[in-house]
Amino acid sequence: MITEFGAYALVLALVLSFLQLFLSAVGGAGRSSLLAGAGRGAAVGAFLCTALTFLALVHAFVVSDFSVANVAANSHTAKPLLYKVAGAWGSHEGSMLLWCLVLTGYGAAVASFGEALPPRLRAYAVATQGALGVLFLAYTVFASNPMARLVEAPVEGASLNPLLQDPALAFHPPFLYCGYVGFSVVFSFSMAALIEGRVDAAWARWVRPWTLAAWSFLTVGITLGAFWAYYELGWGGWWFWDPVENASFMPWLIGTALLHSAVVLEKRGALPGWTVFLGLAAFTFSMLGAFLVRSGVLTSVHAFAVDPTRGILLLTIMGIAAGAGFALFALRAPSLNAGGLFAPVSRESAIVLNNIILSTATAVVLVGTLFPLIREALDGEAVSVGAPFFNMTFVPLMILAMAVLPAGPLLAWKRGDARLVVRRLWLALAVAAILGLVAFAFVAPRSALASGGLVVGFWLIGGAVLELAERIKAFRAPWAEVRRRVTGLPRGAWGTTLAHAGLGVFVLGASFETTWRVEAAQALSVGGQLKLGAYELVLTDVGTVEGSNYIAERGIVKITKAGSPVCEARPERRFYPTGKQTTSEVAICPKVLDDLYVVMGERRAGADGQPAWLVRAFVNPWVRLIFLGPLIMAIGGLVSLSDRRLRFGVARKVEKAA
Amino acid sequence: MRRLLLILAAIACMAGAAADPAERLPDPVQEARARTLFREVRCLVCQNESIDDSQADLAGDLRQVVRDQVKQGRSDQQIRAFLVERYGEFVLLKPPFSAGNALLWATPWVVLILGGVMMVLLLRRRAGSSATDDDPQSLSEVEEARLQVLLKDE
Repeated sequence: MITEFGAYALVLALVLSFLQLFLSAVGGAGRSSLLAGAGRGAAVGAFLCTALTFLALVHAFVVSDFSVANVAANSHTAKPLLYKVAGAWGSHEGSMLLWCLVLTGYGAAVASFGEALPPRLRAYAVATQGALGVLFLAYTVFASNPMARLVEAPVEGASLNPLLQDPALAFHPPFLYCGYVGFSVVFSFSMAALIEGRVDAAWARWVRPWTLAAWSFLTVGITLGAFWAYYELGWGGWWFWDPVENASFMPWLIGTALLHSAVVLEKRGALPGWTVFLGLAAFTFSMLGAFLVRSGVLTSVHAFAVDPTRGILLLTIMGIAAGAGFALFALRAPSLNAGGLFAPVSRESAIVLNNIILSTATAVVLVGTLFPLIREALDGEAVSVGAPFFNMTFVPLMILAMAVLPAGPLLAWKRGDARLVVRRLWLALAVAAILGLVAFAFVAPRSALASGGLVVGFWLIGGAVLELAERIKAFRAPWAEVRRRVTGLPRGAWGTTLAHAGLGVFVLGASFETTWRVEAAQALSVGGQLKLGAYELVLTDVGTVEGSNYIAERGIVKITKAGSPVCEARPERRFYPTGKQTTSEVAICPKVLDDLYVVMGERRAGADGQPAWLVRAFVNPWVRLIFLGPLIMAIGGLVSLSDRRLRFGVARKVEKAA
Repeated sequence: MRRLLLILAAIACMAGAAADPAERLPDPVQEARARTLFREVRCLVCQNESIDDSQADLAGDLRQVVRDQVKQGRSDQQIRAFLVERYGEFVLLKPPFSAGNALLWATPWVVLILGGVMMVLLLRRRAGSSATDDDPQSLSEVEEARLQVLLKDE
């Protein structure tokens, strides 16, 4: 009954989205506040109905209603409750519903909280959001309905892939989708601005909070995914340049570029066309990602079920939405005002450079991801594009961007003074260079590349700190003045500092971990020993444990350093009888920044006839920074978001006063 | 069902095994060279993994091939050429510079140069060019008419 109710609510959501599109568009064009208001009501209604459907699906998963096809295919009675709930968005159909939920949710948010927006802009934005809702809800209702029933319900479900039964992965999709789909609001605002033919500083100010929110969510989502890959896949890597990872990374790169160009538009009125273009591009890349992940055109470890028909439908949706967006852009772009002028050395130029590099990086990821398809279509040759390609192209681009990054916030708008910036930043560069040289001299094995990476990381952190010190006049002004400046500093400035420093933290971790990881492997019988750098590992016991839906062999590995105990690692090999799948559960002993990472392999016959297990162990130095850095960046985004200058009402007051 | 197979394939490929002591070369310099090469070679039956990461049988065989050739003193270039001849370009995770791969390798440069040109054009704008915006807040009659047409089209 609840399931039927959910299915009905989903159709209702589709109808309401259509009303949202129609009423808002007519209301906006005819300047009828009554119709526009009705359109906003429909937006809220569409969200509530989608939420009801979503709850109904979660309910079906929690009570294990196997008459629902999606539940039967992706759940099991023995699964822990968390993964039953998470199973609701673990499949193709369920995750599409989550996509729709987030999409209508953002639409309802624009409709509810955008009171200070100009009525027509708001009406057109709500209408565009409604159009996107129609496209994706229609797809969900007609081509991938999660509430579809089975004629004969099975007694037991087929269970969720055990690799996905993990807390980080349970929360990964909601964050990712709040990010990915959050760019739909930016898309809608861009469309609305293009319809109105006006892209100005006020518009940039309205768009920025939505961009910040989406970007912060996406940052957390990607980080959770990387963290999951790190401790669940069991070979210590955290980023594989896998097509699915790339699909989520491209909107992030474009979103980052957009965050910066929107600041230029807001402060200086420059780059309106480019900023709108990025606004359209960010969500286009989100849709491209949805298509790549679900169509099966690219093979990937994380991809959903392969289904070409659905792929074509998603490609069509993307074609309609992006096609309409860019056609309107082409029509309107020539009439957009080019905005304020600026000198080659200025903050505008620095941000334009940032945008060029980020766009190039996006192009690299795009062509690298799609090239195997392109080449196969051209001459039938199968090629692979993997990590070595991206390391050779993407990484140098990022180093270039990060080399100039600390100078950006210190440059003045319009015309900056390069010598002044050098005078303010030399300390950061000197400290970074010295620390890099220290690493080069003392960390074995000697690596110029990784030491250079450390220089870049320290340079970013140092630059961010010095920029903050400059703003509050630390060490230069009297204490009272500094304190006044600290309290008066806008949240946005804190956000910038945090985000840039967070990037530096990430670079430190990435450089250190990839180069100076220590690795050891040995087939061990019980009592066997393994040397891992300064650590000594002993496999003291292997026993059997039973989980709620798996049976596991668990090794006890005692780790000591120079005779004193460090920790006890318990790696497992789990067998899930329902899917007949085996996974290895990594044991991690966290140090402050480092991880001791222990994986146990299959049982094999040892030298003396005793059973033995291949134990692989890593010291992953500074690996925590890889995940900490992006979290700091996301926190920076949220701090910026809380800036009162970005609240809707203030923007309007400023405009009125001007 | 295909999904299940995919997952099974993924699991078969899981958990890097290149460090398995049974496979290692006695000479640490040669072993290090082999490990560097492994990262560029695709495990052909896996989704998107190098033979350095993969535990699939085929990846083990390929590691053996590479290690043997390293031991025989063949250069990295020779080993790559040998693998391509045997398995096609698919086996390399970094496609070689060739006419067929021109699009892949040229894209970063083309976009970067395009961006540079755009930036130069942006910087060389004359102060006079931005004087046309008398009142950006309101639409001209022509624009207003165009807007109405656009909205009707929607």
